[in-house]
This record gives sequence, C-alpha cells and structure tokens, in this order.
Amino acid sequence: MTTPRFDLTGIPIVKKVLVSRWLQWSLTAITLPFFVLAILAGLFGTPAGNRNFGIVFVWIVWWAVLILLLVPFAGRLWCTMCPLPAPGEWLQRRALVQPRSAARLYTLGLKWPRRLRGIWLQNASFLLVALFSAVILTTPAVSALVLLLFVLIAVGTSLIFERRTFCRYLCPVGGFIGLYAQVAPVEIRVKNYDICVAHKEKTCYVGSNAGYGCPWLVFPAALDKNTYCGMCTECLKTCPMDNIGLFARPFAADLMAPKGRLDEAYKAFIMLTCAFIYSLVLLGPWASLKEAAYAVGSASWWLYAVGFLTANLIVTPGLFWLCTAAARRLGRAGQAARQAFIEHSYALIPLGLAAWAAFSLGFVFINLSYAWQVMSDPFGWGWNLFGSANWAWTPYLSGLVPLLQAIILLLGLAGAVSVVLHTARVHGVAYASTAPIIGFCAACTLVMMWLYM
Amino acid sequence: MATRSRRRILIAMLTAVLAMAALLVPLPVGGPPPQSRAVLIEARSFAYQPATIHVNRGDRVTIDLMSLDAVHGLSIDGYGVNINAEPGRNAQVTFVADREGKFKMRCSVTCGALHPFMIGEMVVAPHTAVARSLLATLIVAVGAAGVVLLRLSTENNHDNTAL
Repeated sequence: MTTPRFDLTGIPIVKKVLVSRWLQWSLTAITLPFFVLAILAGLFGTPAGNRNFGIVFVWIVWWAVLILLLVPFAGRLWCTMCPLPAPGEWLQRRALVQPRSAARLYTLGLKWPRRLRGIWLQNASFLLVALFSAVILTTPAVSALVLLLFVLIAVGTSLIFERRTFCRYLCPVGGFIGLYAQVAPVEIRVKNYDICVAHKEKTCYVGSNAGYGCPWLVFPAALDKNTYCGMCTECLKTCPMDNIGLFARPFAADLMAPKGRLDEAYKAFIMLTCAFIYSLVLLGPWASLKEAAYAVGSASWWLYAVGFLTANLIVTPGLFWLCTAAARRLGRAGQAARQAFIEHSYALIPLGLAAWAAFSLGFVFINLSYAWQVMSDPFGWGWNLFGSANWAWTPYLSGLVPLLQAIILLLGLAGAVSVVLHTARVHGVAYASTAPIIGFCAACTLVMMWLYM
Repeated sequence: MATRSRRRILIAMLTAVLAMAALLVPLPVGGPPPQSRAVLIEARSFAYQPATIHVNRGDRVTIDLMSLDAVHGLSIDGYGVNINAEPGRNAQVTFVADREGKFKMRCSVTCGALHPFMIGEMVVAPHTAVARSLLATLIVAVGAAGVVLLRLSTENNHDNTAL
C-alpha cells in the first residue's frame, strides 16, 4: 500500500508563499538578528549563563522550539531559516534574494571528497560538541565562540566547495535534524517521477534564472526520505513543470521501509545515548557527574570523556547488536547480520526524538522564565528595556513535567514498535522474532522514565 | 476493512487509557504513620548534600537549608516550596509531604555556571513510579504491536486481493 499524502501546494496561498524568492530571506532575516545578539551577548555580556541572552535564547528558547516543535512537526524547516550558513551562502551567491544570471555561484566549487561523504563527520562534530556541552551550554563566551566558529567554517566551506557543503556534511546540528526529520508529517517530493525523468534540463539540480540548483546536492526525483532535503524550496521555484510539491503525510512515513546506512544508524545510537547521558548528568541529583563534565581537562573529566565516548560508540551499539543477533536467531532469517543491525536501528529514531523531547521538557519549562529577564537585559548590564528584567524565576508546569515526559517517551516507544514491525514485514521476517529489539526499545523507555519519575 | 480499522482505533484508544491509568490511578498502598521529620540540607555550588531525601506521604517535613559558599535557594517542584540561605544564615521551611513520587529540588538563586543544573531530589514514599512505568511501558509495547500487526495484516490482505 502506498502512503497517503496530501499536496499542500494545491492550496494557492501555500504555493504562492513557497515559490516566492522572499521566503527564505524573510525567515533568515528574522532569525539572524537574534543570532547576532546571542553572539554579542555571549562575548560581551555577563558570564552568568541564566542572565545572558546568548545562553537563554540559544539553549532554552531556540532549543525548545527546535526539538519540541520544528523537528517533530516540520522536519528540516529550521535549516531553511538557519542563520549559520546564511553569510556564506550570500557570499557564494553574491545576492540576497534574486539569483544572478543562471543562478551562478561564486565559489571554487570543489566537490566534497567522496570518502568524506555521508554523515560520519556530522556524527564526530556532534560528539565533540556534546562532550564539552556542560561548558558550552552554561558559559556564554564559550557558547558564542562555538557559534562563531560554525559561521567561519560555513563561510570557508561555501567559498571553497559547492553549494551548502557545510550543512550537508559538517553541521553537527543538521545531522540530527535530518535524522529526526524522517518523523515529520511533511515532505518535499516530486509529484510524478516520469516527468522528472523526461525533463532533460534538470533545472531543479542545476538551477535556472528562477532559482538555484538544489543547495543540498539532492536530485529531487531521487528523494525518498527527508534526511537530506533542507526544505529551502529552491526546487519548487526552478521546476518549470510544476512537478514538485510540499506534502502532508503520516508521521514517520520515511521509516516504514528504511534503506539503512551505517552512518545514520550510528547517528541514531549517538543521539539516544546522549539524551540518556544528558538526563543523567545535567538533570540528575549527582553533583560529582556534573562537576566531572564541567571540569574540562581534569582527571575526572577524562574519565567522564572516556565513559561518554564508550557509551556512545560501543555500549549502546553493542547492546543493540546483541538484540538484533537474538532476533535473527529467533527468526532464522537469511538477512545479513550487518543489514539487520543497521535497518532495525531506525526504530531508535522515534525513540531518540522522544528521549530528546523528554529531556528538553525537563529544563525548558523550568527555566523559561529566564527568557523574560534577558529580553529586558540581554547583556546582564542592568538594563530594563521592557520592564521584565527583575521578574522572579518561576518554574512553569513543574508538577506536570514528569507526566508529560512519560507520555512523550511512551509515544516514542509506540513509534519504535511500529518501525520494528514494518521493517520485519519488508524483510519477510517473523514478527515474533523482533521481540528482543522491541525489548531493547522498551528497556530504554523504562530507564528514561526511571530518571524522570 | 472498516471493521479492522475500527478495531485498530479501539485498541489504540484502549492502550492510551490503560497506559494513563497505569501512570495516574492511585494505588491502595499503605505506608507507615505520618511523622515529623527534620532534614538538614547543605548547599554548595552546585550540589545539595544529601542529594536525595526520603520521606513518607503525610510526613510533616522541616528542611533546614545551610549554605556553605554563596547564596543558594531551594525550590521543590510541585510543592511550591522556595527558600534562600546564605553562609551563616540558614533558612527553614515546614510543609506536609502530601504527594507521593519523586520531586526535583532546584536552586532558585543564580549561583554560577551550573546553577540551572543544581538539582537534588525528594522522594515521597510509597514511590510507585518504577512499577507504574513498567506497567505503562508493557501496555504501550503490546498495544502498539497489536495496532501495527492489525494494520499490516489488513495491508497484506489488500495486496493479496490486488494480485
């Protein structure tokens, strides 16, 4: 059976907005000033994180919007408006809105080395950021310098390599957004594959006077999942056949017949493990863990780092390997062990997204009231622009958060069970043999619930 | 087809109701008679000592907050408790632990880099969250499997009919 979907571009106003060249610029114009202020506040404002706009707006407000709303419901929409690659992209295009003739790009235009393609580098960059996260999340100057570093790398990459190479292969945030975008109930896809095949100019990929060739290096007709589509809508602008649409679809439609890759599987392991470790370290009552994570370079930090990397790269994948091996033995399936390991790992995508949402709920509502303070006094210099600088810290919904966390985790488990059984169906494996994998997902859910409840 | 679709919706709704019941319905679990408890909590950047306090439902709890290095607060999720102490000047609060479960204790006064993560826990017995979580997890795993398998069998039938 084909997945039911509804073409949102059939609604005239939606189509008009999506094909407008002003769309992406307008969205970025909204986010960029906040981003610049976050960097300035980080560099020149108070070192107290919860009094600094840079920390509060990036790691509480933006993070909450990203993980609780944008990714689960709109996939990579954030990538459309992300300010990090914007300066590099504008330099590359030497234009803000309308493309120059034939969408020419001003870059050396090198292709990213073949052996570095995939998301292994994004896995590594995320792990690197995550390893230092106790410092990055709480120290304004460090947070600002990390954001600046991302911008510099993105600009450098834009000038040397083609299109949005930074977003596609390097960005630590883009890696997990792409992974979890597969859950979102929207997708950009071609309407009729045959029309694309017959269309010789392939303007969606090479560009035209109407817009740029896919900045994400994707040929839209080959898109079968949201992971690598940045939702920039350039292809809707450049397709002369009106053959590309934005579709509404059921949640997690991409995951029902996953075409697995080991780098994406590892991304799923890393994300799930990090959600657990963050919950344990940052939201748990164990001060020695927090101090170890924060004291970069100390003996206890090295111990933490070894444990962190071992858990991410060996323990979680190893336990999951044992579960898939047990499932193969139960099912007596002819599926290769590596393939079973990779493809069943996609069940961890709804589970991991739920784990991150639950973790985020654990501090977002509690600390959201700091946002009112820093809006009036972004640098912590004693300003009171809107009269809210001295509003007291107020934890919102604190009595309700554990229940919300449990509900989200259980929804993630239901999603994981669905992916496991659909994957088993695709490979003709007995459903009962997936019990160890479902057991793994249930155990992860239970451990997270134990941490929160 | 329509019958199976209705059955799927029914199983999904039943699963949701049972899981919520497992998480929320009060259990007839007795406990020791309420008593008065005094707890001394030492606060330093960014830790409470003890990090976890255990009381019983109905206990009259008096917390004596002692700060060892800077001004620290102590706010308890869901209890509306919030006190501040500074070195040499303790703060006290008394309340009745009338809700069972695990509740985060948080510093409510900015005290440094890790301030938002200065967290302790108050566990009010009978703490049935682990058993409740286990039950809810089992219900959802089985219920979700039931819904999906019913859907897959419908799709198989549909595919066979198409052939």
